Amino acid sequence: MKEILCECGHKNPYGTILCESCGKPFGEEEQSDEILNMRYEGSARRSQTYKRTLVDKVWNFFSSVKVGVWIIVILVVASAIGTLFPQEMYIPPGETASSYYKEQYGSIGELYYKLGFHNLYSSWWYIILLAALATSIIIASIDRFFPLYRSLKNQRVIRHDSFLKRQRIFGVTKTAKSDKVLTKAKEELEKKRYHVKEENGNLFAEKNRFSRWGAYVNHVGLIIFLIGAMLRYFPGMYVDEFIQLRDGETKAVPGTNGEYYITNNEFIVELYDEEDDKYQSAIQRTKDGVVVKNYQTNATLYKRVGEAIPGQEPKLKKVQDYPIRVNQPLKFDGFSLYQTSYKLNEFVSMSFDLERKSDNKKLGSFTIDLLNPKERYDLGDGYAVEILDYFPDFFFNEKGEPATRSKSPNNPAFIFKMFSPETPEGETSFVAIRQTLEPLGETQHRVSFSGVETTNTTVLTVRKDYTLWILAIGGAIFMIGVVQGMYWHHRRIWISSKENEVWFAAHTNKGWFGMKNEVDDIAEKVGLNKPIDRVQNENMQE
Amino acid sequence: MEQLSSNLLLIAFILYLVSTFVFAGSISRKKYSTDKQLDRNKKWGKLGIAVSIIGFLFHLGYFITRWIASGHIPNSNLFEYMTLFSMAIVLAFIVIHFMYQLNVLGVIAMPVALLLIAYASVFPRDIQPLIPALQSNWLILHVSTVALAQGVLAISFVAGLLYLLRSVNQSEKSKQTFWLEVVLYSVLSVIAFILLTFGFRIAGYETVFHYIDRDGFEAEYVYELPALIGPNEGEIVSGKAFGPLISVPAIIDAGQLNTVIWSLLAGLALYLLLRLLLRKRIAAAIQPAFKNINLDLVDEISFRAIAIGFPLFSLGGLVFAMIWAQIAWTRFWGWDPKEVWALITFLFYAAYLHLRLSKGWHGTKSAWLAVIGFVIIIFNLVVVNLILVGLHSYA
Repeated sequence: MKEILCECGHKNPYGTILCESCGKPFGEEEQSDEILNMRYEGSARRSQTYKRTLVDKVWNFFSSVKVGVWIIVILVVASAIGTLFPQEMYIPPGETASSYYKEQYGSIGELYYKLGFHNLYSSWWYIILLAALATSIIIASIDRFFPLYRSLKNQRVIRHDSFLKRQRIFGVTKTAKSDKVLTKAKEELEKKRYHVKEENGNLFAEKNRFSRWGAYVNHVGLIIFLIGAMLRYFPGMYVDEFIQLRDGETKAVPGTNGEYYITNNEFIVELYDEEDDKYQSAIQRTKDGVVVKNYQTNATLYKRVGEAIPGQEPKLKKVQDYPIRVNQPLKFDGFSLYQTSYKLNEFVSMSFDLERKSDNKKLGSFTIDLLNPKERYDLGDGYAVEILDYFPDFFFNEKGEPATRSKSPNNPAFIFKMFSPETPEGETSFVAIRQTLEPLGETQHRVSFSGVETTNTTVLTVRKDYTLWILAIGGAIFMIGVVQGMYWHHRRIWISSKENEVWFAAHTNKGWFGMKNEVDDIAEKVGLNKPIDRVQNENMQE
Repeated sequence: MEQLSSNLLLIAFILYLVSTFVFAGSISRKKYSTDKQLDRNKKWGKLGIAVSIIGFLFHLGYFITRWIASGHIPNSNLFEYMTLFSMAIVLAFIVIHFMYQLNVLGVIAMPVALLLIAYASVFPRDIQPLIPALQSNWLILHVSTVALAQGVLAISFVAGLLYLLRSVNQSEKSKQTFWLEVVLYSVLSVIAFILLTFGFRIAGYETVFHYIDRDGFEAEYVYELPALIGPNEGEIVSGKAFGPLISVPAIIDAGQLNTVIWSLLAGLALYLLLRLLLRKRIAAAIQPAFKNINLDLVDEISFRAIAIGFPLFSLGGLVFAMIWAQIAWTRFWGWDPKEVWALITFLFYAAYLHLRLSKGWHGTKSAWLAVIGFVIIIFNLVVVNLILVGLHSYA
């Protein structure tokens, strides 16, 4: 395609509407005397120029602001639908989505579930919408930025007459002393922080051009942010684990390859004092009558010294003591440990006595570590207890047999074999909380429960996220771009001395009211007629 | 201190009410005013902004004393947030007033702030202890920035509404006249809600229901308004024995639905009464008061408010929100309803800016968008907190 040579001598790319240099309108625009369409400076945008091939069509589709806005609208509606009922991740633990939505919300809930709206934000079509938005942002920005940049860079001081006349703000003042007017105008414009250029009795004043780049800067920020968000789909970009620690327990921090160890010295829950006058009424209003003040794990972080050797206790070096609280995660080496959950009063050990039934005599006592029970407890004098079977979380299964639901000692039960000098063969007894059975016939001895020790367990979330800094950079660039584009306006004023006349034209990319005030002020100070705002004039005639 | 704080808020409320009337006195209804009249209007306008500023100072006094009394920034429940929001609206109005000197803005902006304070007062006003997740300096940064941003965005609604009140052709029925009436009817419903709630509260009205809740357990529900809608298998156990006319299944919060229906009905009654008295559309009746509005000016104010408010909202509602979420909840984004609605607000105003700056949507279209934007903000504030359950439902 051939370039367009303007009468001012500037070569413009094919598709240009207003000469990049002097602003002379080309093509259809040339004949009209309407206000010039100054959007993107009448530059040659690919999307407005090439419309034939498939690539052109795809390009034009995504570069359209209309399409972009439609994508946003669809995203808005879809996102709103996703808040109608809780997403799957927020339904109570233990509930299955397939029944939960129907039970809670009836047939609408069932439909919601069947349409996949319970996982709406990770559905393929929602991701595609986001991808379409990103594509639209990229293409629309490229389509506009480069031509606009060229235009603003190539603009010259002396503009074509029709460019000036067809500005929205334009005025003519008859005067013989144009020189004086121009000198004064230059002074005034510079006072208002315009960069002023002069050429052959023409003034060109411009300020805040950088504000025009705001839109593109913020779009770059958004794209960086979206790339960062996308990276999370790649394995290894972030660590998301959790770790359960009983009071006093030390474990390797998952995700650190055994390099770091953490000890839970003590887990604490503090409540607000309900007697406190300040909070009394608010606390009473709550459902449970309590408000938690603090969840805290007093932790100690250790680092392994030397290589890890399987089967050997690692050598640990203390790094620091730290109280991990909500809002105050422990940070080390890119990892963060968060206080996220806890369990109070969990069983850790149980104590029992071996007794003779006939005279209730205690023959010995023993304590079972519920997480690590021994097979046999020797009580001396020929007395001993063996654990035949252990059910940490006991229940009777469908067959009526004892079984365990989990490995956590929530409801421990044991099958003991009791030995004594009188019964060297051993007697079998089943012992659960508040329950003793003798499945193989009556016994002469029994194991009786004498005490239990409990402990608290803290649950910490372990996170390391390599994408955070990308997201942070994206977010920062976005904010800079938005502020740059929104809090400043790109304003330009052209003053041109003709024969016995001075022309005054002005343009701003937005904020016309403020522009008009500034223009009126300048016109008055330099002794020119107030320029006319053609748009407002049209409104008045309505 | 808490009592002092309440009193300061009451004084602020009264001053805002006064300033509304003063601003109303500053607008001229005549097409061509004499210099003397213009002078008089200017004086009223100055008085109006002075009263607003004094009111704002009292409002600030409420905020500071309550902060001292509770030991943390007072924005941790719905009452506190709404009073902060209304304070932000007044602040934004004062700033915009100094930029554009447009008195008529106060005629709408001040009542919006007033209504918010009154509405806030319906909710529990106790000073609340902060749960662990809220104990952070980000509470101050995140919530105040969002409140300020929404305050500025509310001014865009005010200016947009003024644009429509002045420009929509009231000589014939149209979609626009209909929706404008809907906007005004919604305002009346809010007024009706506030009046009803306080009216029945003063009268000590109460009905206690025993009902079967969603999980199949028996629970208690206290109604403060006569029960038109009863809870699931509800049985009145004490209080006034009125109603219910119908009962709804347990998945619907019957008490809230009852309140909504009362508000809508009473709002309708108010609306019909006004229509009867005025004998024309309400917007048509008040249009003459706004006939001297410079449409270009209110259009620009509406846009400018969004241009200022949008970056602020992005910063407070998304950036700060994400940073805090990463610290408190271990993840910067979790699709919690409040988060999603913040995203929706952001996307909506982003669409507005594209339509305005690239597609040339000025004037009427732009004004309607500003109105819809405010509806989204109010939705996020009220409905998301009260009805959609999530991490943010504190009230």
